Amino acid sequence: MVTIPDLMNALTIRNLQKTYDNGNQALKGIDLNVEAGDFYALLGPNGAGKTTVIGIVSSLVNKSGGEVEIFGHNIDSDFEAAKSCLGLVPQEINLNLWETVGNIVTNQAGYYGIGGKVARQRAEKYLRALRLWDRRDDIARSLSGGMKRRLMIARALVHEPRLLILDEPTAGVDIEIRRSMWKYLQEINEAGTTIILTTHYLEEAETLCRHIAIIDEGKIIEDAKMSTVLRKLQREVLILSLASDLKQVPLLEGFKAKLRNDCELEVEKGPDHNINDLFEQLTANGIRVVSMRNKANRLEELFLRLVDNKHESAGDT
Amino acid sequence: MNIQLNLVAVRTVIRKEMSRVLRIWVQTIVPPAITMTLYFIIFGNLIGRRIGTMDGFDYMQYIAPGLIMMSVITNSYGNVVSSFFGAKFSGHIEEMLVSPMSNASIIIGHVSGGVLRGMLVGTLVTIIALFFTRLEVAHPFIMVSVVLLSSIVFSLAGFINAVFAKKFDDISIVPTFVLTPLTYLGGVFYSISMLPEFWQGVSKANPILYMVNAFRYGILGTSDISITYAYAILVGFVILLFSASFFLMKKGVGIRE
Repeated sequence: MVTIPDLMNALTIRNLQKTYDNGNQALKGIDLNVEAGDFYALLGPNGAGKTTVIGIVSSLVNKSGGEVEIFGHNIDSDFEAAKSCLGLVPQEINLNLWETVGNIVTNQAGYYGIGGKVARQRAEKYLRALRLWDRRDDIARSLSGGMKRRLMIARALVHEPRLLILDEPTAGVDIEIRRSMWKYLQEINEAGTTIILTTHYLEEAETLCRHIAIIDEGKIIEDAKMSTVLRKLQREVLILSLASDLKQVPLLEGFKAKLRNDCELEVEKGPDHNINDLFEQLTANGIRVVSMRNKANRLEELFLRLVDNKHESAGDT
Repeated sequence: MNIQLNLVAVRTVIRKEMSRVLRIWVQTIVPPAITMTLYFIIFGNLIGRRIGTMDGFDYMQYIAPGLIMMSVITNSYGNVVSSFFGAKFSGHIEEMLVSPMSNASIIIGHVSGGVLRGMLVGTLVTIIALFFTRLEVAHPFIMVSVVLLSSIVFSLAGFINAVFAKKFDDISIVPTFVLTPLTYLGGVFYSISMLPEFWQGVSKANPILYMVNAFRYGILGTSDISITYAYAILVGFVILLFSASFFLMKKGVGIRE
């Protein structure tokens, strides 16, 4: 399928603010621009404000200030057009558990003005795509946790939104289903749907997303392309599995090394050295490496550093 | 506003509501049928025989319109309050809130569901009444319009109750402490002409009195109050409660943080 590039922003957020009734200032003036067609990660620790941003964009939370546009449609003045462009997969399971799987999806189409045969065809299309068609006559309560999550994705897609927001869609889902969901999300993104994803699985964000924003304490602390962000990673910790036991840590010039156990060496690599240097020195010391892995996911490391740095600079240690 | 979109959306809500009513028919349809049958047997047949006539009608005939109206009111209210609060409680109200359907459509869809359940139960109670007494409709238009308007009023009231409700207790407080006393004191079982003058005046502050009497006028042709007042009160309440519901939805009271 050939998709026409859309130069318009899928989502534009300007100076978004939210103060809850209890005085908690959840958002302190956020600006975000998500390009049409992007696969965008919105990350942050618990309570950082991610779900509040999504709640405001999807009209589930009233904002205290600022502006939101979805494909150029203001959510206040042009809400019908704005909402028609948006599909939401919320963090919490919010299905009518006594309704059948098929009815949940066709009803959702109805709320978007899609009725009758088209609604039924769309429901079939997305329930099949998410491997739920065989369960269409069962009530949602009878589905497993992973199936409920997939049903929420089918429900969000039935009106074929141009922007799909997924708030931790794979929380509590086993790895096999998670991978199949990733594959499906990549397919719909390639077909032209802009996707915004929040997740605590940073491997998920690194695998799927091309752009990343990190939010903490109601402020955006990073907003850039994934490749740019990862390039900022100054330090990487590698775990090397050794072919034979080692009693003493070898001297590795330019690297910090320590033994995790007899056959695993933990090596910290700075920005000025490369892995070739490391292996040359290991070989010179007669150490043979069987395998190598990152101690933490690269994005996870960067995420922790950004959030920790912010807290340290604020004296919050 | 996209009229076509909202028409489809309202139709979807109504279909969903009716599917719920029919799915849990043991909770929604059977109890009022049993309760009203008992009313007809005990109040109408056993006690009514000793009471004799009221406003020229035998007691069973006299209370039948009031009992039909009582079942319509309680079922219209109960349907909307439990369905909308249930949607809020389990979170699937968000299905509608994220969609482009208007606030008015959300209200109209739920109120229509309440009205349809009210009419369904009202029809069933009417059929049961016909096993016990003879009813001839004196003013069909008044009968239909009054029962529809009353059902709309109480569906809207149920909607507002659901908007404010935070726990399941909150949806039973109004029916128990407000709706039931007002219905029993609303002239279902007696004519207010039987009351001392002071209590007649107090009774006239009860809006349910006007609904019951106007409906009775539609069927039997007799009423304690002016039909014009009854229509004015019904239309006034519809406008007032719809405006209040719309305002609450627009502000997001109880549904948006």
